[in-house]
Amino acid sequence: MNIHEYQAKRLLHEYGAPVAGGVAVYSVEQAEEWAQKLPGPLYVVKSQIHAGGRGKGKFKELGEDAKGGVRLAKSVEEVVENAREMLGNTLVTKQTGPAGKQVNRLYIEDGADIDRELYLSILIDRTVGRPAFVVSTEGGMDIEAVAEETPEKILTLPIDPETGVTDADSKKLNKALKLTKDAAKDGMKLFPILYKAFIEKDMSLLEVNPLIVMKDGHLRVLDAKVSFDGNALFRHDDIMALRDKSEEDEKEIEASKYDLAYVALDGDIGCMVNGAGLAMATMDIIKLYGKEPANFLDVGGGASKEKVTAAFKIITADPSVKGILVNIFGGIMRCDVIAEGVVAAVKEVGLKVPLVVRLEGTNVEKGKEIINESGLNVIAADDLDDAAQKIVKAVEDA
Amino acid sequence: MSILINKDTKVLVQGLTGKTGTFHTEQALAYHGTQMVAGIHPKKGGETWTAGEGAGEKAGAELPIFATVGEAKEATGANASVIYVPPAGAGAAIIEAIEAEVPLIICITEGIPVMDMVNVKAKLDKSKSRLIGPNCPGVLTPEECKIGIMPGSIFKKGSVGVLSRSGTLTYEAVFQTTNEGLGQTTAVGIGGDPVKGTEFIDMLEMFLADDATESIIMIGEIGGSAEEDAAQFLKDEAKKGRSKPMVGFIAGRTAPPGRTMGHAGAVISGGKGGAEDKIAAMEDAGIRVSPSPAQLGKTLVEVLKG
Repeated sequence: MNIHEYQAKRLLHEYGAPVAGGVAVYSVEQAEEWAQKLPGPLYVVKSQIHAGGRGKGKFKELGEDAKGGVRLAKSVEEVVENAREMLGNTLVTKQTGPAGKQVNRLYIEDGADIDRELYLSILIDRTVGRPAFVVSTEGGMDIEAVAEETPEKILTLPIDPETGVTDADSKKLNKALKLTKDAAKDGMKLFPILYKAFIEKDMSLLEVNPLIVMKDGHLRVLDAKVSFDGNALFRHDDIMALRDKSEEDEKEIEASKYDLAYVALDGDIGCMVNGAGLAMATMDIIKLYGKEPANFLDVGGGASKEKVTAAFKIITADPSVKGILVNIFGGIMRCDVIAEGVVAAVKEVGLKVPLVVRLEGTNVEKGKEIINESGLNVIAADDLDDAAQKIVKAVEDA
Repeated sequence: MSILINKDTKVLVQGLTGKTGTFHTEQALAYHGTQMVAGIHPKKGGETWTAGEGAGEKAGAELPIFATVGEAKEATGANASVIYVPPAGAGAAIIEAIEAEVPLIICITEGIPVMDMVNVKAKLDKSKSRLIGPNCPGVLTPEECKIGIMPGSIFKKGSVGVLSRSGTLTYEAVFQTTNEGLGQTTAVGIGGDPVKGTEFIDMLEMFLADDATESIIMIGEIGGSAEEDAAQFLKDEAKKGRSKPMVGFIAGRTAPPGRTMGHAGAVISGGKGGAEDKIAAMEDAGIRVSPSPAQLGKTLVEVLKG
């Protein structure tokens, strides 16, 4: 789960990290009212959407020459002017895709005198199974590009979970970031603070890009992006309260209610599969035979008839779906349960597109029987290759 | 022969008394009489669990329940433990098994917080235990021992070692090698989480060392670099003259970057973990990578014909 920048900063501030003063606003009126309470004379007006690349992003509704999603303002009047241009409009960035995201919230922040911009993140280093700091002197840029072009400028430092961040760790980070004097002292305090927040809140990513050294020699968290481990949200009601559903795909929200793993994609063949690996492989094979999948959907190992019905409804509700492929290898999942769920769903919502069903494994004969006797117009398939070819052909012929 | 488990393996069940634990323990008993020897429940020590109809011929079999893994291991001589404990308590259950020095721990549970696995891993690295999983289908040696949730009916004793990050794709590989008449020595699902007990390399080492294993199918997916690491390991071993015919598959060629595809570990992030890099590394190590998961068995037959 992702949260907005202003929420992330508020959270890090609670742990004692240095962030600028700022306010989140939902309207031009609020922008005017609250900006007056900031000290000035420099303000930053930042679009709050769950995607990176905001500064270089473009608003769909504004001209090519219009400024991006993060803007500097030198007076309250300029703050208001910018807020008016930004709120309600659609920001397209490298990470939003061409559809962009509507900006419903702005964060107005106290400006900072920047001396240097640095990069810092904490994530789980899978190769060692530990949290690790990733830092670089090349802040404010795309870290993937830095990794590509100048990998020697990046330090990855795994942390032993049994000791946490040691002074020796902090010194290594200071050295890699070339921090001295006040900034180095700030670093010794900041690194353990960020690590503590990461661990205690079950984050999967904490990215500060940039972390800045200000002209006064101190450090400040200028931007913050935080994602949380979905599997740990059950123990963080405070984090769950920060969820912004307007940032999520409606079909994905619906799927999450039924505990279905669903990811919306751009193609036109809907898929319902059991198992994450098989679900990915099903998408791949659709592509292999010339079409694109409309979604990833794993109904899970022990799905009930109700869950299957819900899954089928989510797929059919997507107007871009021109055909559906159900691919089940029943281990724990019994084929007859899947068949009953599909039949029930089709009877409830109807079926306007071709449907190919491939069943294999536990109770496969019973499952096939249920589908055959339902009188529904279902195309049966023997294996995954056969199923993919049949659905691609059916969609092309339709 | 086989790897990890065989007919002499004695298995404890952590989470036996729940619905999932009961169902799969019955299935295991029904599968060639896998030696399930005891269950663990902190509050039900001293009670007895009775297998229902699902256990087939073994219906009515009784297993003692112990309050701790340590007591159960002591009393039964168990050398493996399978974990069906729900996610919130599964990390602690693994740590209990590590502290009781159970040699082989297999955790089926999906959805364990990553930070809990970070703590498990720190303890595991200092122990003598091996952990398979979590978020995995388990391990099965045909006609001898079934630990976990794999459907026993699709297996056949034979010569292929099957190794996978995905449950259902393991079944595909097993089913296809059974249909081709090859059968399996052992199938191992290492699990779909980002932080897990065992990666491909350790299992490849075991399959290379196992005389009965004549060929290997390895199934990976997007996310992390375990497949690349495995490919490098295989190249290094081949230089020493150790190699076996292999077929591979990578799921997630069409997955968009930055999105987690069902498995917590299946995500392309920071430009890393994409399918094409993995496929290239595996092919470079001499693995025949099938573009279709429906062709694993047939491809292996072709490779074996040479």
